[in-house]
Amino acid sequence: MMTRTLSQDLYDQLEGYIDSIEPTEAALIEVLHEAQHIFGYLPMEVQLFIGEKLHVPASKVFGVVSFYSYFTTEPKGKYVINICTGTACFVRNAESIVREFEKALNIKTGETTGNKKYTIDCLRCVGACGLAPVVMVNEDVYGKVTVDDVYKIIAKYTE
Amino acid sequence: MVNVNINGKMVQVSEDTTILEAAKLVNVKIPTLCHLDLHDIKMVNKAASCRVCVVEVEGRKTLAPSCATPVFDGMVVKTDTKKAVKARRTVMELLLSDHPKDCLICEKNTECELQALAAEMGLRHVKYEGEISEFPIDDSSFSIVRDMTKCIMCRRCETMCNEVQTVHVLSGLGRGFDTVVGTAFNLPMYETNCTFCGQCLAVCPTAALAEVNNVPKVWDAINNEKKYVVVQTAPAVRVALGEEFGMEPGTVVTGKMVAALRSIGFDKVFDTDFAADLTIMEEASEFVHRLKHGGKLPMLTSCCPGWVKFFEHQFNDMLDIPSSCKSPHEMFGSVAKSYLAEKMGIDPKQMVVVSVMPCVAKKYEAARPELGHGGTKDVDIVITTRELARMINEAGISFNHLEDEEFDNPLGESTGASVIFGATGGVIEAALRTAYEWLTEETLENVEFEALRGIEGTKEATISINGEDIHIAVTHGLGNARNLLERIRRGEAQYHAIEIMACPGGCIGGGGQPFHHGDLEILEKRIAGIYSEDRAKTIRKSHENPMIKKIYEEYLGEPYGKKAHELLHTYYVPRQKM
Repeated sequence: MMTRTLSQDLYDQLEGYIDSIEPTEAALIEVLHEAQHIFGYLPMEVQLFIGEKLHVPASKVFGVVSFYSYFTTEPKGKYVINICTGTACFVRNAESIVREFEKALNIKTGETTGNKKYTIDCLRCVGACGLAPVVMVNEDVYGKVTVDDVYKIIAKYTE
Repeated sequence: MVNVNINGKMVQVSEDTTILEAAKLVNVKIPTLCHLDLHDIKMVNKAASCRVCVVEVEGRKTLAPSCATPVFDGMVVKTDTKKAVKARRTVMELLLSDHPKDCLICEKNTECELQALAAEMGLRHVKYEGEISEFPIDDSSFSIVRDMTKCIMCRRCETMCNEVQTVHVLSGLGRGFDTVVGTAFNLPMYETNCTFCGQCLAVCPTAALAEVNNVPKVWDAINNEKKYVVVQTAPAVRVALGEEFGMEPGTVVTGKMVAALRSIGFDKVFDTDFAADLTIMEEASEFVHRLKHGGKLPMLTSCCPGWVKFFEHQFNDMLDIPSSCKSPHEMFGSVAKSYLAEKMGIDPKQMVVVSVMPCVAKKYEAARPELGHGGTKDVDIVITTRELARMINEAGISFNHLEDEEFDNPLGESTGASVIFGATGGVIEAALRTAYEWLTEETLENVEFEALRGIEGTKEATISINGEDIHIAVTHGLGNARNLLERIRRGEAQYHAIEIMACPGGCIGGGGQPFHHGDLEILEKRIAGIYSEDRAKTIRKSHENPMIKKIYEEYLGEPYGKKAHELLHTYYVPRQKM
């Protein structure tokens, strides 16, 4: 049997949430959202827990998790740097911004730094095309980002 | 009812009919690929994912997938227009552009539905060149090999695994071009809930899912002069093997099969039917014991390894209700390596027991660590009906012209009770033939329990024994089994004994049988073959088998006694439910 390694407090929190809604298969996506919010990611043990609580087979839970790019099965860094590579940002050279972040942090897109501080991700269009290229760090939005801005942005998130 | 015009032919059908079904009624053939309609077991694969069956519908701009489009009154359908045919070819060319072209050496060569359709369409080159899917081969299990590079995303396996069998091992994973049918967390099959029933590979149109090929291991054993290789054949094999040689489904080929096995080079050719009689001796004794001593009821049969693994995962709180009897081929292995080995003066370590089974779960079962004695396995190698056919072909044997031969003795003698193990309801019917006589001490005149026979998902019968009503249930297909077990767990159903088989139809519909390609009439014909073999036997009750009487006298002692427990019974382990 699979042993749980993550904090019981977090599981209690998730269980409280599941018990507050109707725990059916239809609630799977919202429960996964909540779980990712609580744990920061959706490792196997959390997916198994959710499957058990909602009576949904693990294969199906994993099917949903693997379908939506929003869900992640790997822990993310404290600061998640999302670079928009949607059409507008793409034509305004978002690729070079991506490359600069990768160079500055020495990781590839989708990866997290060894000190668990930074994760680089790409997303498609945040709906602020007038500000292209756009970079988001957690909830903060940066517009008209240049290659030189990359280091300045990182410098703001050193804690 | 509505009127539909298909290629100018009028047909009247009910409103829930699809274009494809309506077309069949007027003999208009529409090619299909992902579609699979197994009505008899209530499975229809409705994925409509391949788009091979597209047709033109008057008034509709886009082409309609005929397998998933219901008809309406006044509908005018054209199946053979330039637009429809061109679209179909394009679909096929795109499918083939991302499919390996190793047909010549593929497991499914000549049995592949994709290959057959490409041939039917007369495709001679694939226009498109693009990305090719790459997935590692999963050969972690003893039963099933997954090669997802050959998957065409028809989702039949998923429908079978989730809706019919309710095992829930397979699910669509990922998205877009990377979509694949896989397991939870991409675990290797061996680490999942999989029961290895093999129904997924029985419906796979390609070789994305295939059995583990054990043929080379058998040849190695046969060609090793130090090894004494004995073979046993399950009841369901003899009514299906002929299909591989062009015979009508259900043709009984027992004699030819024995001749072929001898010609292949096995030292002794025995019959799992003998062990099925042995199983009845033990199972009926256990049942009588439970009845008389207030033991746990209902008693569930335990012949089917897919079913055993299913309850170990899904009903691991109820492990005390299945019979403790090993399955017949394991019982055979056990007595072959003890009784027979002693009798013939052979070192059990030099004996190789090969089982020919209609089943791929038996491959997994043979590897279960508890099924053996003193470092030897009860059964060493399991091959399926299909693998045996391949060996016969490899050996250059002209199967259809073989003269019938008889099984060797002592482990080749069997009764009609044992042969019906191959069809759903057969095990419990065989057990009743014996238990009835033991409990009443009267002769059972009519041995045929009709109510327990047939392809119906769950069957019930009440039999009066010594004035007491004994309630029996029979179910096949793991989804049906789950429903029944849940009713028992909730206290809604009370039975004394239940037979459960993982595969629809019982063993005759096993995952190792010749492919039925969606024609379930084949299963009914095999069942008819099984019952004709039963009727042809002079002895039809297991306890009357003279060789069975002899083995208890000479070796085992009392049925359900100490020695029998040691050799013929087993235990179950709780497993994780995912």
